Amino acid sequence: MTQNRKLIKIATAGSVDDGKSTLIGRLLFDTKSLTTDKLEAIEKTSRQRGFDYLDFSLATDGLIAEREQGITIDVAHIYFNTAKTNFVIADTPGHVEYTRNMVTGASTSQVAIILIDARKGVIEQTNRHFFISNLLRLGHVVVAVNKMDLVNYDEDIFLKIKADFEVLAEKSDFDTDQITFIPISALKGENIAKHSELMPWYVGNSLLDHLEVLESSDLHESTVARFPIQYVTRPRTEAFHDFRGFSGKLYGGSLKVGDEVTVLPSFTESKIKTIHFFDQEYSEALPGASITITLENEVNISRGDMLVKSSELPKSEKQISATICQVNSKPLKVGDKYTLQHGINRVLAKVESIDSVIHTDFSGEVPAAQLKLNDIGKVNFRLSKPIHFDTYHDNKSNGRFILIDEGSYDTVGVGFIE
Amino acid sequence: MSNLFIPNPKEAESIHILREVAAQFERPVLLFSGGKDSITLVRLAQKAFYPARIPFPLLHIDTGHNFPETIEFRDQLVAELGLELIVRNVQDSINQGKVTEERGRYASRNTLQTTTLLDAIEEFKFDACIGGARRDEEKARAKERVFSVRDDFGQWDEKNQRPELFDMLNGRIHQGQNVRVFPISNWTELDVWEYIKTENIAIPSIYFAHKREVFFRDGMVWTANEHVYRESHEEVFEKMVRFRTVGDMTCTAAVLSDADTLEAVVAEIRDSTISERGARIDDKRSEAAMESRKKVGYF
Repeated sequence: MTQNRKLIKIATAGSVDDGKSTLIGRLLFDTKSLTTDKLEAIEKTSRQRGFDYLDFSLATDGLIAEREQGITIDVAHIYFNTAKTNFVIADTPGHVEYTRNMVTGASTSQVAIILIDARKGVIEQTNRHFFISNLLRLGHVVVAVNKMDLVNYDEDIFLKIKADFEVLAEKSDFDTDQITFIPISALKGENIAKHSELMPWYVGNSLLDHLEVLESSDLHESTVARFPIQYVTRPRTEAFHDFRGFSGKLYGGSLKVGDEVTVLPSFTESKIKTIHFFDQEYSEALPGASITITLENEVNISRGDMLVKSSELPKSEKQISATICQVNSKPLKVGDKYTLQHGINRVLAKVESIDSVIHTDFSGEVPAAQLKLNDIGKVNFRLSKPIHFDTYHDNKSNGRFILIDEGSYDTVGVGFIE
Repeated sequence: MSNLFIPNPKEAESIHILREVAAQFERPVLLFSGGKDSITLVRLAQKAFYPARIPFPLLHIDTGHNFPETIEFRDQLVAELGLELIVRNVQDSINQGKVTEERGRYASRNTLQTTTLLDAIEEFKFDACIGGARRDEEKARAKERVFSVRDDFGQWDEKNQRPELFDMLNGRIHQGQNVRVFPISNWTELDVWEYIKTENIAIPSIYFAHKREVFFRDGMVWTANEHVYRESHEEVFEKMVRFRTVGDMTCTAAVLSDADTLEAVVAEIRDSTISERGARIDDKRSEAAMESRKKVGYF
């Protein structure tokens, strides 16, 4: 895998007819990522349906049920690359279960593309998609005003939509330079891979060019290091008789050999002795690395513990407040007990109280007795043991959790710690 | 000494997933076909647990129609890394009367593997089966989860999948259920090939161009030998070919190619306009072929 190729993960959001699948198909086509056999299948089906254009949405609409309904029903992952960048798109549907699906798709993404139909402008669902991008604190949002071909590529229409969206943006936590507006026609391929000649009034980059110039600092947060222990590596072989390594993925910031660290929950202090990746040793590792660490002195560590720099301790509490997005049809109610999985660490959690359900259009919140599927609300929990967390605002990786139902074992909710 | 470790994001993600499997399940197994994707998985597992051994066995479902080069390669790899290998044969399922051999023009043992696999899962009580499937392979795979829960019949319920948020994996299951795990979900075919090249990973010889007796049908290149049904008018030629995927001989078509080194293969993949599964005869049966197979427990 080429290490110098950038990896950008994008969530796409829009209403049913905003042309999201068409946009993705167009991106695949313009980056020459559609292979001959896939293209032939698209041509054949488009002809059968009597279209006089290539229906690129067929490139992404996967499952049989969807093909029958003509709408996407889940999160689909699509891959393409240019010479400089590897792209992963999490395509999420825009209809009824959009909240659950978009939160899921956006959770692994750094950028959201929010599609707006130029004929309809900013609608309720635009608010919701943007609200979720804001809740998840994505690094960047592209507002793609689509179907410009149907409004004669009219600049005034684009500017009006931009102005409407900017009113919304003021209610969010995003800075203005985190949001970019691009007028496009996915169907005709205008402003997708290259600047459109039909919209000379637009001076910015095409969609693809814009995504390519995003910097790592636009996409990844830089904060303090958190190293949750996934696995204790003990070879018990002759060559590595006394080796006791702590394996996991490093988040937030880097760690170095010699760093003074504290192990949670025991609050034992030690120093990093070695950092390993496979058969190599390193003096420092960057966030995102799946490494194995050994410590200077013998410390009792097991899965679910966390290693942090001693000068950067997280909060340790048994009582937490979080914004919850309910992703299961069984509602969340006061008194319910769940397994709370914070990163990889699991504790029991009881719902103490529900403060409110939040309107996902930035219009405030109302008191509520329960959270139903696709509701987002503020919930207070009491935990069986303390967890060692940061707020989601300060440190994304260490400020989130999932809720697992004790009966079905399904993942029923996702939480962002306040 | 100052050397900084800059992670490869896809490799780091896969290692994270493999460690979660080892930690969350009691009896995981790595499904090994001898193909490049499962060979890549073995390398990733080596890296995930080094300097300890890979803490799970490999399981190979042998259709009896594998390329001999693949089997030879498999046995070498297992011996070299000191891994435990379990082999279960489709022929046994046929002998036991559990499945019936297909006949005629498109006869293949590919779909028969499912029964043998499900029996092996039951026999060893595996609770997690790690596979090398990737989301870019096929449309139905694009919606697959990293941890994909199957019921006791091995069935996939695509409308009722657990949402996977961030990289928090929920592997809790009930008695009788098992999880299919796909650590290289987010890799593309090109990613795999570039990784094999960068890491200098050994792969079976049939991935490189070689002379082979073949015949042509439906615009595809078929291996001509006793396992593959061929009609008398279908003429056999000797051609330079290589394989892009390595499955059962009856369902894996070759491509005409002169690429006999890793560099040449990677260059060929990069420029290729035919998708990898375009050379899979089993997917050509119908557009929704993969999805239908997955619902009944196919990998």
